[in-house]
Amino acid sequence: MSITQSFMLAVKSLAASKMRAFLTMLGIVIGVAAVIALVSLMNGMSSLIVSSFEDMGMNNIMVSFTPRGGNREIKPEDMQKFCDDREDLYFGMTPTLNIMGATVKQGTVNSNTSSVVGVSELYDEINGKAVEQGTFLTYVDVENRMRNCVIGTYVRDYFFDGDAIGKTIKINGYPFCVTGVLEESAGGEQSSADDTILIPYTVASKIAFTRVSNYTVAAKDNEHVEEAKKELQKYLFNELGDEDMYTIITMQEAANIVDDILGKMSMVLVGIAGISLLVGGIGIMNIMLVSVTERTREIGIRKALGATPWDILSQFVVEAITTSAIGGVVGIFFGVFLARMLGNMVGLRAVISASAILISVSVSAGIGIAFGYFPAKKAAKLNPIDALRYD
Amino acid sequence: MIEFRDIYKIYNEGEAENEVRAVDGISFFIGRGEFVGIVGASGSGKSTCMNIIGCLDVPTRGQYLLNGTDVSTMSEKQLAHVRNRELGFVFQQYNLIPKLTILENVELPLLYKGIGQSERRELSFRALEKVGLADRVKKYPAQLSGGQQQRASIARALAGNPPVILADEPTGALDSKTGRDILEFIKKLNEEDGTTIVLITHDPSIAEECPRVLKIHDGKIIDDIRKQDIK
Repeated sequence: MSITQSFMLAVKSLAASKMRAFLTMLGIVIGVAAVIALVSLMNGMSSLIVSSFEDMGMNNIMVSFTPRGGNREIKPEDMQKFCDDREDLYFGMTPTLNIMGATVKQGTVNSNTSSVVGVSELYDEINGKAVEQGTFLTYVDVENRMRNCVIGTYVRDYFFDGDAIGKTIKINGYPFCVTGVLEESAGGEQSSADDTILIPYTVASKIAFTRVSNYTVAAKDNEHVEEAKKELQKYLFNELGDEDMYTIITMQEAANIVDDILGKMSMVLVGIAGISLLVGGIGIMNIMLVSVTERTREIGIRKALGATPWDILSQFVVEAITTSAIGGVVGIFFGVFLARMLGNMVGLRAVISASAILISVSVSAGIGIAFGYFPAKKAAKLNPIDALRYD
Repeated sequence: MIEFRDIYKIYNEGEAENEVRAVDGISFFIGRGEFVGIVGASGSGKSTCMNIIGCLDVPTRGQYLLNGTDVSTMSEKQLAHVRNRELGFVFQQYNLIPKLTILENVELPLLYKGIGQSERRELSFRALEKVGLADRVKKYPAQLSGGQQQRASIARALAGNPPVILADEPTGALDSKTGRDILEFIKKLNEEDGTTIVLITHDPSIAEECPRVLKIHDGKIIDDIRKQDIK
């Protein structure tokens, strides 16, 4: 008997008990759908994160200093000079000084969620930002410690109706003049990148009574990132003489770390989803065992009519494979649908990968073979006389 | 054609108390085209005999030659081929598969023989025509009467055109009139097509119809009657 005939037989037998076949498949459907949905969402998440890293500028090198109480320190002017001296390697740098717990006030309206950051005039270019209204901070603002600021769209909409340019807001009690509004980048949500106020770092340092300890240094272009990092390391070590006083990480390295973590997370999630595939497989085995017992007499008849053990084995194995393969295919569609739907709900674009589909289909067919073989073997080994007498 | 040479089927051999000699040294020869009834009370060993003839069981000792080949030592797979090609079965309980139509049931032995779909249909249909069920091919076994089901199972036994048909109490589950029809039909097969028939029964009135009768008691042949001899 050929495989095609076994397949026809399997389809007929499944069609004869549709409800049971459906419930058996359900386990595989859910397992495959879960794997595909999770992989797709994780892919979507990692591509979102990678693209937001790219938005922030893949040429960037983050430097942060750990104050150790020594008298040696790197001032913004030193960093500036270092970058200016190596124009072949560096595009420029900006300090980033977060003023923690800043209170922002306009008239009688308060905001505690806005992050207030001291930056240089290159911040917008280095981080790929642009203003949609007014102008960004200028060199003069920074040098002369002008109390000017650039705000995000959330801040604008929160404090002002429409036009904010030229208006005044108070940060920790100091009045600042709004000179520009940043383009929206995070949907204008509270506590997002759009809930930001950028002020000259010179001013920030003064009103927060802190030194600048974080910098973003931009390499001239992609090819120079590694070299720029090495030079910077050399410079900092020469100046400070202690590796523990600073950390340097390139945006690419950070992206790689995040990507790595996401990869591991998705392995774990797929592993968990894989358990439901396994449970589905056991469901198939269970139902196949029931089916073999129920059809003992049929098996006896078939054997009496000349079915070889192989014929019986292949009949049941093919039936198990057919069940799990149909479940697998339905699971793919369901999984893709689920990924799209959940993706839309959380604002993520699910990336459906061909490899996830391929793997889950072959796994589900493999489950059919693995879990169908044992019951099928049992059927094939039945003694025809006993099977014929079975009621 | 069918030759038993000192066949034994012993269960629990060597365990003095539990030893059961279902077939206790039987030898006989059934020639091509014969119609033989094997008669015996239940527990006489006739069913075990039938199972061995039908290659559903293998003897503990002795040789069983079917068409000159020794089948007593064949593998499971080889036995399946012999059942498929040399033998047709008719059971007391018809043993049609309820989920398959009559036509599909009749096709089964041909399917295992590896015959292609269209030829299979053709042969099965002809076998069903022969038993007078051509208008029932799309029905399921449960939609047919007992006699019709038994005719369908005869068609299934015939479909592959085997040289031997084994009938195990073929009329046992039928009323006497239908039973007689079935028996007539089996006789006709023997007379017209020359098919060798081995019929197992405990019913003396059925046995009377057989040209040759083997009587079995306690696993041994106690009588071998040929009607022609008497004449």
